Amino acid sequence: MAASLSISPNPSFTSPPKISHPLSPLPHSFKFPATTPQTPINSLSLRPPRASFAAPRAAVSQSSSSFSSDATATFHGVCYVVGDNIDTDQIIPAEYLTLVPSNPAEYEKLGSYALCGLPSTYATRFVEPGEIKSKYSIVIGGANFGCGSSREHAPVSLGAAGTAAVVAESYARIFFRNSVATGEVYPLESEARICEECRTGDVITIELGKSRLINHTTGKEYKLKPIGDAGPVIEAGGIFAYARKTGMIPSRSA
Amino acid sequence: MASSAIAPTSAHFINNKELSLSALSPSSPSISVQRCKRTAKMSKKISSVMSPQQFERKPATTGSVKTGMTMTEKILARASEKSQLRPGENVWVNVDVLMTHDVCGPGSFAIFKKEFGHDAKVWDRKKIVIIPDHYIFTSDELANRNVDILRDFSIEQNIKYFYDIKDLSNFKANTDYKGVCHIALAQEGHCRPGEVLLGTDSHTCTAGAFGQFATGIGITDAGFVLGAGKLLLKVPPTLRFVMDGEMPDYVLAKDLILQIIGEISVSGATYKAMEFLGTTVESLSMEERMTLCNMVIEAGGKNGVVPADSTTFKYLEDKTSVPYEPVYSDAQARYLSEYRFDISKLEPLVAKPHSPDNRALARECKDVKIDRVYIGSCTGGKTEDFFAAAKVFLASGKKVKVPTFLVPATQKVWMDVYTLLVPGSGGKTCSQIFEEAGCDTPASPTCGACMGGPRDTYARLNEPQAS
Repeated sequence: MAASLSISPNPSFTSPPKISHPLSPLPHSFKFPATTPQTPINSLSLRPPRASFAAPRAAVSQSSSSFSSDATATFHGVCYVVGDNIDTDQIIPAEYLTLVPSNPAEYEKLGSYALCGLPSTYATRFVEPGEIKSKYSIVIGGANFGCGSSREHAPVSLGAAGTAAVVAESYARIFFRNSVATGEVYPLESEARICEECRTGDVITIELGKSRLINHTTGKEYKLKPIGDAGPVIEAGGIFAYARKTGMIPSRSA
Repeated sequence: MASSAIAPTSAHFINNKELSLSALSPSSPSISVQRCKRTAKMSKKISSVMSPQQFERKPATTGSVKTGMTMTEKILARASEKSQLRPGENVWVNVDVLMTHDVCGPGSFAIFKKEFGHDAKVWDRKKIVIIPDHYIFTSDELANRNVDILRDFSIEQNIKYFYDIKDLSNFKANTDYKGVCHIALAQEGHCRPGEVLLGTDSHTCTAGAFGQFATGIGITDAGFVLGAGKLLLKVPPTLRFVMDGEMPDYVLAKDLILQIIGEISVSGATYKAMEFLGTTVESLSMEERMTLCNMVIEAGGKNGVVPADSTTFKYLEDKTSVPYEPVYSDAQARYLSEYRFDISKLEPLVAKPHSPDNRALARECKDVKIDRVYIGSCTGGKTEDFFAAAKVFLASGKKVKVPTFLVPATQKVWMDVYTLLVPGSGGKTCSQIFEEAGCDTPASPTCGACMGGPRDTYARLNEPQAS
């Protein structure tokens, strides 16, 4: 379905890569010999994001992201860089949650508000005023991306704005799950703390098959957490497709 | 301050080949096992196999005990019809209650219809609870429309528990309307030990106070549950928090959880269950236990649980006729790590902007000027929260210096604020004490400005108010 989005070049990269990191890393000060593992992602889908919603995602083929459908899928585009603990209220502020993602017009509007809750210290905005889509198809973040309220509107708004993938050090559980369940964005994990080394506006290529992220602007390459055994659910194309495949729910009458 | 970890002895984390969904979780089984290998000794009270059980109960509701399981593992084992579960396993879990509200209901219903068909029926009309509560007292047309969508769906599907509101000018005219979903769920008897409750809201974890598994999900997952009545969940490893000692004056459950989040950070429990026990927890009322579990998500946790006891059973006495069966952690259950706190030494705490783990002692902030006060929400808008605030006003005898907004969580809390007498006040209600102190009149029950919401939301701050 959404498999073959054409490689549309990203708009000009003229805007200066200027971004501050107002959110400092978390002080993980354990008084106790804690064994809490900051564990990595162990598998990710190789498939393209899948439309969970009737019209919207399919209608996003004019999106600035680009990816192909097979195991060698790559994303290419300019990135938008944020810091640690980006919560869902910064991704999509609560006042816009009256918008229902399954309504195509409201889906598009959600996209136009994506990441608008970031503080004004983010001088370069993710979606320019008056625009519907973002020119940044890849979001790069720090630790605990998508924490806070469980609103599925968060990955939806990113997807609606044209984001193909988020690359972060780690994710909050519900955001990660919602990203997979909706297929709106790929929640990828980086091995290094690349949010410190990439700047908003850098040109990025992500090669899923090789678990590799290339920053063409700086010439550096980074390893992503290995894509392990892709879960059968994602393989099937999301929770509904999986359930149909296994006979848990009846096939939809066409 | 002893802390220890007992490891799962086997690397048998993901054994369910058929359903393996490791993709849904960034936790790596192999690493968990390695890290947990140092099998330190747990505290005597809980780890010793010889220690007597504290109360009589059936050995295991899920079959014979081969390997010890935590409460969370046991609840999920029963709900997935398995005798044994380990952290990391992915299992299809039967859902006892699905809750949704005006923010996520419309999207969930749309996905349900798209995927199961326009004429599809929900899996069980008695197991779905629909609670409008977020954006209610507003003239925002989309917000109003979303409540209409809840109503239409509830009528169409003959949903048994829909707490409707039609007359926005006077909430009391709506006898069905409750208010904040997490508090209403408890007050209406939908929270029961041993069960699985899913909700389209991160604070669904509040219900863990009843010794059940409760967690927040997205609208796609909710759309699936609406039709199928089950959901694929990964069994979380459990962090164990033992809190002993008497609570000092003015220390509340909010202080307990802020203390914990301050220790483990806002991602310290990501993908994990948090189990709360100890003499302090045993002494807490149900509302206080709800506060404790409510903020599990602020530590990134998947769920929080407090073992059900006589306090739980008493609370439930007149609220539900549904039979339930509590489960308890085995003495040999395995925990990822354990934290111990001497609560008798705890002081009142605050979380400073802009993060719940930015912990400080209240007295360290005594010179910080505040601009406004808001008492409400699922964490802080229960009857006992208003009693606690009233006691502070009584003790100080002073008037407020900044705008002070009061938003009871539910109709029942609102009634309590206006009718229950505060001990030691000479026969005054909370509302009288608040009025004398110069607070704003208690507002209509809703999530209100805690969530933000449309611009005309009561107590919402629409312009920056920096100090």
